[in-house]
Order: sequence, then C-alpha cells, then structure tokens
Amino acid sequence: MNKKLRILIAKPGLDGHDRGAKYVARALKDAGYEVIYTGIRQSPEAIAQTAIQEDVDFVGLSLLSGAHNELFPRVVQLLREKQASDIIVFGGGVIPESDMPFLKEQGIAAIFTPGTSIAAIIEFIEANRPRVSH
Amino acid sequence: MKDLTQQILNGDIRSIARAISIVENNAPLKEPLLDELYPFCGKAMIWGITGAPGAGKSTLLDRIIAAEREQQRRVAVIAVDPTSPFTGGAILGDRLRMQRHALDSGVFIRSMASRGYLGGIAGATRDVIKVFDAAGYDLIIIETIGVGQSEVEVVSLADMILLVLVPGLGDEIQALKAGIMEIGDIFIINKKDREGAVKLKTEVEYVLRFKNESSAPPNPVIMTAATLNEGIAEVIAAAEQYFQYLTDSGQLEQRRRQRLRQEFYDIVLTKIQQVVENHYNLTQKVERLVELVVEHHEKPYALIEKHLNSILKEIEQR
Ligand SMILES: Nc1nc2c(ncn2[C@@H]2O[C@H](COP(=O)(O)OP(=O)(O)OP(=O)(O)O)[C@@H](O)[C@H]2O)c(=O)[nH]1
Ligand SMILES: [Mg+2]
Repeated sequence: MNKKLRILIAKPGLDGHDRGAKYVARALKDAGYEVIYTGIRQSPEAIAQTAIQEDVDFVGLSLLSGAHNELFPRVVQLLREKQASDIIVFGGGVIPESDMPFLKEQGIAAIFTPGTSIAAIIEFIEANRPRVSH
Repeated sequence: MKDLTQQILNGDIRSIARAISIVENNAPLKEPLLDELYPFCGKAMIWGITGAPGAGKSTLLDRIIAAEREQQRRVAVIAVDPTSPFTGGAILGDRLRMQRHALDSGVFIRSMASRGYLGGIAGATRDVIKVFDAAGYDLIIIETIGVGQSEVEVVSLADMILLVLVPGLGDEIQALKAGIMEIGDIFIINKKDREGAVKLKTEVEYVLRFKNESSAPPNPVIMTAATLNEGIAEVIAAAEQYFQYLTDSGQLEQRRRQRLRQEFYDIVLTKIQQVVENHYNLTQKVERLVELVVEHHEKPYALIEKHLNSILKEIEQR
C-alpha cells in the first residue's frame, strides 16, 4: 500500500499575497499529492488545528511579511503541544539566509526561498516519506 | 485498538483524524475498527449538499455551520474534491470557505479526495461518516464534488439532500431534463442577488409539483445569498421541518435501511472480487479467453459460460 501523502499549504501572517502558495499547492497536486489549501491570514492556532483534523503528513508555511521567526516556530510548538510532532513542517518565502539556522533549530525541517525549484520540494517530501508512513 | 476506539468515543480530535485516515487508506485496522464503532453509530443526522461546481455549496455550509453552532450542535463536515485522473493528486479547497470555524472545538472539517471513485464522493466517505457518528457529532454534512446529473451517489449515504441551484447556469433546463430534481429534499436557489433567481425558483417549483405526491409536504424551495448571509435561517428551519417529516413518516428509517442494504451488497461483492483476484489468476485466464476468441473464433458468451463453471469450482476448492 503506497500511502497518499497529504500536505497542508497555509499562509500565516498578515500579507495577502498567496500567488506563491497557490503555485506550490498546484505543483504539489501535479506531483500526485493531496493538497489542502486554506487561504491567507491563518493564525498558527488555526493552522495547527487544521493540520491535525486533516491528518496531514506535512505542513508547508508560506510567508512574505517577515514574521517567520515568530510564526513558523509557533506552528511547530503548537503541533508538539497537541502530540502531533510527527507532522513535518517546512517553510517558504522571502527568508534571509541568516535566519535559517534559527528556524532549523526551532524544528522547521526545510526552508525554500523563492528561487527554489518545485523539484527540490518534491525531493524533500519523498526523502521524508518513510518518516511519515505510519 | 481498544484505545483508539475509546479515544474516538471520547471525541479526541487527533484520534478521529487518524481513524479517518485508516478508513481512507483501507488499512488493515479498518474493518475491526469500524465494527467496534458500529454500536455507537446511528445517532447523527446526515445531510448531503450537492450542486454544480461553484454553486456556493461551501459558502452555504460555512453559514449553516455557524447557525447550527448557535444551537450548540456539534457539526462534522466531509468535503469531497476530485482527484486528478492523470496525476493522482488533488487540491482540496472547500475548507477555505469554512476556515473561520477552524478553532471551534464543536466543528470538525475533513477534506477528502475522490481517489478515482465516481459518483461525486469518495469510496471511503460512507465509512468516514461512521467515525464521526460514533464520535458524537450531531450533524454530519457531506459536500460532494461539483456535479452534473449522474454523480449523485451521496443520495445513498445521506438522510436528506440539499440541492443547490443557481441562476444563469442553465439549471432551469437541466432541472427539467435530467431528473436531478428527483434527488433533492431541500432545494436551495443560491446567489439570489443575481438576475434570474426568482424565475429559477418559479420553474423549480413548477417541476416539483409533478414530483410530489399529494400526501407528502412539498419540497421546500429557499432562496439564499450565501455570501450575504441571507436566507440561511430559512434553510435551517425548512431542513429541520423536513427532517421531522422524514422521521415521522417512516421514510428516514426506510432510507437508512436501504443504505445498509446497499452497503452490505457492495461489501459482499467487493469481498468476492477480492477472493477471485487473490486465489485465481484472473488476468492470465482472461488473456487465454481473449486468445481463444480472437485466434480460434470461439463465441465469447458460450466460451465464458463454459469456463465459469471451472472457475467457480477452482475457487471452491481453495
Ligand atoms: N453573488 C454571489 N456569489 C456567491 C454566493 N454564494 C457563493 N458565491 C460565490 O461563488 C463562488 C463559489 O463558491 P463556493 O462556495 O466555493 O462554491 P462550491 O459550490 O462550494 O464550489 P465547488 O466546491 O468548487 O464546486 C465563490 O466565489 C463565492 O464567493 C451568493 O449567494 N451570491
Ligand atoms: Mg466547495
């Protein structure tokens, strides 16, 4: 049984530009994943709760507003509090190189900056498939 | 598994979500789990909401959830979107319109991909309903894929169907022609802020006159503007009243019994198919039959009839 991977693509924070998030969502759909898209301006609480209800394997956070150092770790922390630390969180958006070590340390499994190819994201997901196939 | 069952009965969100995945993935735990949950099922009210793509099903649902929550009802939503037949992927976007309920502990929204199942729902939808039912949700609503006329299998899963029509989609003609009117219990004319809504309502009511027997109350036809939150209270009131009628008239019981009948029938057939596939090399045998017909000009029906007996015997001996 080849389990279908489910991915939540969510936009925390206040910026209203979801072109990038939608692009990634569509590309992941085309790669054969089930993608749940919840729209802009989601609170970390709503994202965590949605991830749990939808029983996703991954949460992809997209953010342009610059609050990633606060919002991304918050989602990870909330998932932990809800005994859902097996859900893998990755992030994307305009994120300076210098913030990456901190985010990694906070439990963000991968960061994809705007130049990243979809192939790199898919590679990351596939590399983690064994981890999420519960 | 006893643990998981208990957690579901306790309404634990993570466990419910996990159980749904087990059901959806047809994992080995599925059948024993559903059997354990079964005694706790049957309390929920199950609605289906269906209609053309973009008719406003999700937006209506968002409003309906809000209204039901005011009455302290716990609501579960199963929102089905299509799986791409080419990639196997899906974008599940219905939830987007209901996301303001994400933090309400009395609301559980689950998106489902159809995974190749035709009929406007997913193959596992029927069993996901049971998980929610056992978990104590009072109202379970299934949003189908935006459908045409032929994909209305939700009828066989729900107690009651809300059919959403909108002006300007040619629904007027469609309604008359295709017999989609047969499946609705509550008729919602959404986007009443648009031109043609009143006309559509008149036409729907006209068609319904031929459907309704004299004894039954007429199917409610309600105009709404989901985006403006108009007509929602009327929908709820009509739905509750109609549900009461279904209950009192014995139709609800009848529908549920029919649902069970259909389900058992499907399960038995699936099991038989599995036995055939597991214990009998069907692919290879069919290949042989094709060869006989194509190259040796045997007659298909006579040939299959001849082989069927040996097939059945072989299975029996296993
Ligand atoms: N003008 C108007 N637009 C509406 C109304 N209700 C919904 N819409 C809009 O119609 C579009 C589709 O709404 P959805 O609720 O996503 O429709 P749906 O039937 O769930 O669509 P699918 O799930 O894709 O089949 C959205 O842009 C809504 O804002 C209404 O009453 N009036
Ligand atoms: Mg929808």
